Amino acid sequence: MNLHGVMAIYRFEMSRTRRTLIQSIVAPVITTSLYFIVFGAAIGSRIQEVGGVSYGAFIVPGLIMLNLLTNSISNASFGIYFPKFVGTVYELLSAPISTFEVVLGYVGAAATKSIMLGFIILATAALFIDLQIAHPIIMLAFIVLTALSFSLLGFILGIWADNFEKLSVVPMLVITPLVFLGGSFYSTEMLPPFWQTVSLMNPVLYLVSGLRWSFYEIAEVNVWVSLGSVLMFLLICFSIVVWMFKTGYKLRS
Amino acid sequence: MNAVDEPILRVSNLSKTYAGGFEALKDISLEIQKGEIIALLGPNGAGKTTLISAICGIVRPSSGQVTVAGFDIARDYRKTRALIGLVPQELTTDSFESVYNTVAFSRGLFGRAPNHAHLEKVLKDLSLWDKKDNKIITLSGGMKRRLLIAKALAHEPRVLFLDEPTAGVDVSLRKDMWKIVKELRESGVTIILTTHYIEEAEEIADRVGVINNGEIILIESKTALMQKLGKKQLILDLSESLSALPAAINRHDLAISDDGMKLTYTFDTQSERTGITALLDDLKAAGIQFRDLNTTQSSLEEIFVNLVDESSEKNSAAVNGAAAE
Repeated sequence: MNLHGVMAIYRFEMSRTRRTLIQSIVAPVITTSLYFIVFGAAIGSRIQEVGGVSYGAFIVPGLIMLNLLTNSISNASFGIYFPKFVGTVYELLSAPISTFEVVLGYVGAAATKSIMLGFIILATAALFIDLQIAHPIIMLAFIVLTALSFSLLGFILGIWADNFEKLSVVPMLVITPLVFLGGSFYSTEMLPPFWQTVSLMNPVLYLVSGLRWSFYEIAEVNVWVSLGSVLMFLLICFSIVVWMFKTGYKLRS
Repeated sequence: MNAVDEPILRVSNLSKTYAGGFEALKDISLEIQKGEIIALLGPNGAGKTTLISAICGIVRPSSGQVTVAGFDIARDYRKTRALIGLVPQELTTDSFESVYNTVAFSRGLFGRAPNHAHLEKVLKDLSLWDKKDNKIITLSGGMKRRLLIAKALAHEPRVLFLDEPTAGVDVSLRKDMWKIVKELRESGVTIILTTHYIEEAEEIADRVGVINNGEIILIESKTALMQKLGKKQLILDLSESLSALPAAINRHDLAISDDGMKLTYTFDTQSERTGITALLDDLKAAGIQFRDLNTTQSSLEEIFVNLVDESSEKNSAAVNGAAAE
């Protein structure tokens, strides 16, 4: 195994985060703080408890998930798209490194950044609300698996995209709406029965619900179904990446 | 064949047809020995970069086989790619990374443990050491070119591909590059370079390959190529102007200059009889006197142009023939 190669990619990607610290870390923290101020303090104080939890605390898992998903995708997609865009991908394609090792480097770094961000948001939330985590191991499992699987999705997106517009279209037009409609800021029980059923088709609902259960033991769907869904998504994304490298899709002519 | 004779690079019947149907490489075969410098000459779109890309793993060959130090590039890709360094034609760099970090990245990517001393040597050899902490975006074009060489050498490759290394580089830097290439060869690195500049091949290559329309037209040692295909000319500066060639010397196929003061005789250095003695005898008999004489040999550039023209003519003839059928 080319461990030096994996570490080279990983370090390179992590140093990119250090160079773009404001964009990578500071901006999401400020945005999250604004959510807490607006939804948690200003509007939340007028909303009754949801499932026995204050509204400010209720939205914490949703906010973490929102940041995990969007940042995992953008970190990983940009990580592989940029070498394609500037042409430095030649080095990656001519290096003695396997698909798995390349993915490990890029996705590992993207997931690490997202997980760090998840914990920073958790710490930020603790400044605004009285935080309780019922099942920290399950919470960690959800955060890690979500970061990994959506970083893989971002990696796929980065290989597929041949311009910057395509790169931003999925996070903006697919992920963000799914997160907002996936019960991040409300319980689906608040919806009419028809829309409750429709919500079950939203994959992000399972992630938010699972993560929320690890905090407060309240869930829209069974936690093991949620965990199984993330694992399945991880496997699907990894299979697509393997296929992309084997066929050289949009990488090797 | 024993290990000593095993070529460092063997390309056998390599072809590449792109998805659109364009045949970039047609049944290419060649062998390169350890420590050689090979220059691949060819016009734009001849297939030079595709050939390099296929060997390095960037382009998937449609058929054929390539081995590096006896290892197959598909089956043993880890071994072959670790032996190869590639300097691409385009100045593709991570603009916001520092010089040292990008070179260290390349070394790691190619599976080598960190080695500060080696990176320092490479950067010093390429006059980049004092820029090691600079961001790449601040470097000049020439420095970026040198940086790409440093990146390719970071993992201590045994075969180095230089794709148009001096394209857009000024004369002084070009000479520096040639010096670097010669030093690398002395350290045992095999070098394959593509170039548009004939003088580059003439200056540094041991062998010259000419590619056109995806085919290797010829691959020869530079000296043999010059001798084999080089035509020599004898130029005579006459004492008095001639209005026309006298009948007595007509059989020599001479060219006369417009002012009638110069006679040019073209001969083949490889033929048994060059005809020079007979020509000089006939000139004396015809009473034509000359003040000076000198000889010139055709340059590699002329040879190259002739070869490419011949190959293109053959291809057009083949296409026309097929169309007529």
